[in-house]
Amino acid sequence: MGNQVSLFVTCMVDQLFPKVGIAMADVLERLGYRVDFPEQQTCCGQPAYNSGYRAEARTVARHFLKTFQASETIVVPSGSCTAMVTHHFADLFQKEPETLALVHAMEKKVYEFATFLTEVACVEDVGARMEDVVTFHDGCHALRELGIKSAPRRLLAHVKGLELREMAPAEECCGFGGTFAVKFAELSGAMARTKIDAILGTGAHTVVSLDPSCLMQIQGALSRAGLNLRTMHLAEVLASR
Amino acid sequence: MSRDNILHKVRTALGRSAGQAVADVPPVRLRLPEVAMEDRIALMRSRVEALAGKTARVPTMDAAREFVAAAIAGKTAVASNAPYLEECGIAGLPGVRSGIREVAELTEVCARVDIGITSADYALSDTGTLVMIASPAESRLVSLLPPAHLAVVPRERILTGLDELFTLLPDPAAQTSSMVLITGPSRTADIEQILVRGVHGPGQVTVVIVG
Amino acid sequence: MSAEFDLKIHDTLADANLQLAIYTATGRLKDKRIEVTADDRLPDYQELRTQANALKKHAIDNLDHYLEEFERNVEAHGGKVVYCKDATEVSDFVLDLARRRGARLIVKSKSMTTEEVDLNERLEHHGLESVETDLGEYIIQLAHEKPYHIVAPALHKTRYDVADIFTKELHVARETVPEKLTLIARGVLREKFLKADIGISGANFLIADSGAVVLVENEGNARLTTSAPKIHIAVAGIEKVIPRAQDLAVFLKLLARSATGQLLSVYTSFLAGPRRTGEVDGPEEFYVVLLDNGRTKLLPDRSKRQSLYCIRCGACLNACPVYRKIGGHSFPWVYSGPIGAIITPQFMGVSHEPALPFASSLCGACGEVCPVKIDIPKVLLELRSDVKKSEAREGQNRIEKLAFRVFAWVMTHPRIYELAGRMAGSMAPAGDGKWIHSVPAPMSVGPMKAWLSQRDLPPSPSRSFREMWRQR
Repeated sequence: MGNQVSLFVTCMVDQLFPKVGIAMADVLERLGYRVDFPEQQTCCGQPAYNSGYRAEARTVARHFLKTFQASETIVVPSGSCTAMVTHHFADLFQKEPETLALVHAMEKKVYEFATFLTEVACVEDVGARMEDVVTFHDGCHALRELGIKSAPRRLLAHVKGLELREMAPAEECCGFGGTFAVKFAELSGAMARTKIDAILGTGAHTVVSLDPSCLMQIQGALSRAGLNLRTMHLAEVLASR
Repeated sequence: MSRDNILHKVRTALGRSAGQAVADVPPVRLRLPEVAMEDRIALMRSRVEALAGKTARVPTMDAAREFVAAAIAGKTAVASNAPYLEECGIAGLPGVRSGIREVAELTEVCARVDIGITSADYALSDTGTLVMIASPAESRLVSLLPPAHLAVVPRERILTGLDELFTLLPDPAAQTSSMVLITGPSRTADIEQILVRGVHGPGQVTVVIVG
Repeated sequence: MSAEFDLKIHDTLADANLQLAIYTATGRLKDKRIEVTADDRLPDYQELRTQANALKKHAIDNLDHYLEEFERNVEAHGGKVVYCKDATEVSDFVLDLARRRGARLIVKSKSMTTEEVDLNERLEHHGLESVETDLGEYIIQLAHEKPYHIVAPALHKTRYDVADIFTKELHVARETVPEKLTLIARGVLREKFLKADIGISGANFLIADSGAVVLVENEGNARLTTSAPKIHIAVAGIEKVIPRAQDLAVFLKLLARSATGQLLSVYTSFLAGPRRTGEVDGPEEFYVVLLDNGRTKLLPDRSKRQSLYCIRCGACLNACPVYRKIGGHSFPWVYSGPIGAIITPQFMGVSHEPALPFASSLCGACGEVCPVKIDIPKVLLELRSDVKKSEAREGQNRIEKLAFRVFAWVMTHPRIYELAGRMAGSMAPAGDGKWIHSVPAPMSVGPMKAWLSQRDLPPSPSRSFREMWRQR
């Protein structure tokens, strides 16, 4: 495999958290990768898929497949959007064998950011430094669909000056869930507040995750509660020096 | 009738025809570990005790009788018709009713006495379980109605676990209408998750291992 | 979403005592399950799950074969099998048998299937006394409620609630200690057991090759229900059949561990027919009611039929962050939690409560703990699609449908997407880099209002990623 990687930054990072995408590109470049950004990219289609609109999700998924067809390796700063491509695109194209073949080819090329670092780049120490006490929030799709548990922790363990404290329970959902967060706002808010109790229990100052959507939910609830904690994407932590 | 209607619906939904054979039955999964008898006994005892049951180990049938005699002193008891209890001399101990073969009498006695004495058909060491197979020798109610259950088990009946039980008895229905696995005293946690023993079945279980 | 569903969720979230009770109880059950399924305690846990899934899949894919085999074997042991298509047929069968035998008093052991068909209410309506004997079920029967949780029906009741119920319904002196409350129930119910004419149980498993009914419990009430009265009737869904007695070695290892964190439940009864010649006690008549009640509707879809693999352990409820907030009674039917969210729409139709499959963050905790590996999140997603198809047919929810059409169009036109993003960014209130607490009234509608009802909103960055990238 060459050292060219394409970024799929996700619509959320593009529109709301661009610094996460820049941080991810910085880290990759520091490791010697040449990074490109296919300009046609938009979204993976998950909002439509999770809302029951499969035809619309299929349309967006086709656009993704076309956009990244030429890319050799695609790195994504989100477990959830990665899982949409690697675990759910196939469901959408069960009746289209030709597209399904494209999906299966794509599944092998798409990597969540932390997994790419530990499994493809084979690094755990990216030379980052951040003096802070942090806790790590497992995004549900990263954890349960992609089986990502140790990779981000190994990467954080090598960040100089950083202390990682685990939440109890670490694996419970933050309550985001896409349109769930607004369809069942009160319930979603209650789940976020339970998550925040777990975060506060660690005494950490910063919450780190692989998923911008979880971080938006957690930061939104922290901010609403008037708590002075910050949230950071793993890429931002690893870009610090 | 609903029978044919339901079966027809099932077949239509599954795309099967009446009497069609089944293919690719998953093979039976039974694993038989080799565990030395002394280790089985030790595990059996620790499992039963972890559930707040009591255990005792006695060397001989005579010692079993003496243990039971001391355990039931001052109390009333009913014994099952198990030949082993007879051979140990337990069925004939003073204060023990035994040899009951009529259901009304059995119910009345079991509802009244303090202790029910049985000889379990098997025991499963890795879960601390007694296996009770209904027969002329073992009824259902002796291990169920009295507030305490005392089982006298010769050591050779201690199996490693469920897998060994179902290897020995591939179809328990071939020999009985009722096989009950008893794992510790009757319990509930239905009120605030607080553990209470002796709800409907015996609150005390004692396993006496002979040999 | 129906107003009722919305209100029940709101009321449960607003009840601090109830929140604590649900969270503590499910947390304890969850922790115990984790402990006894850990690698050092059950090294072949994942293998057992795989085997259990394969067995259930096989049994459901060949359901007619195993039902007929089960029926033959029950009859060979002197029992009878009665197929019932719905609630009415079940109660008619029991009422008719009771009438013919002159029976008045029925004792019942815990069964979700009989809850599903409101059997107690139907029998009592016809003058029979039908008493629940599992302590939790007895409490909620006296309180005239439905089970709050598949394995812990009275999870939402405190000892003081139980004391009030017993004092009012049983006219006994008020006790608040759980041991004493349990003793009161034992005393009342012991008398019922000894007088009862009929015992009705559910079934955890039906064994095709033995014609046996398997019951799993901790209290001993199911043993009494099936041993003391002269007649035993087991009421079971048709999906409960498994091929062989030997398969129990797989399922029993998973069931108690997943449900309550026990290695085995206190009592596992394997019952095949009435008392045999020479046996001293046991029922003289043995019936198995095989209930459809909508189950056959789940069979045609090859994916969704896995919903019928459920062994009712309740592990998905304890793991579910949604159940742990909204509790059991917010759900529209007797089956609650993630499994309730997938079977209710299939039994009752998706329009019964169209919001139900959406009441999930799709976190996947349910699928991860399911001992028979039902892919609950996948079925939820399929049901969401079914709901949208049904709404499209009925011409409902047109604005949302339009919004997603626009979404798909924008997301396949990158220039429009970029322009739309810039417009949205320019309209967003300036937060000076701080998170936004509120927006002007005209903007505070729909999803924006819902988001801000609970959380702050991220400030819009001055440039999108693609703009930053171009200038890099």
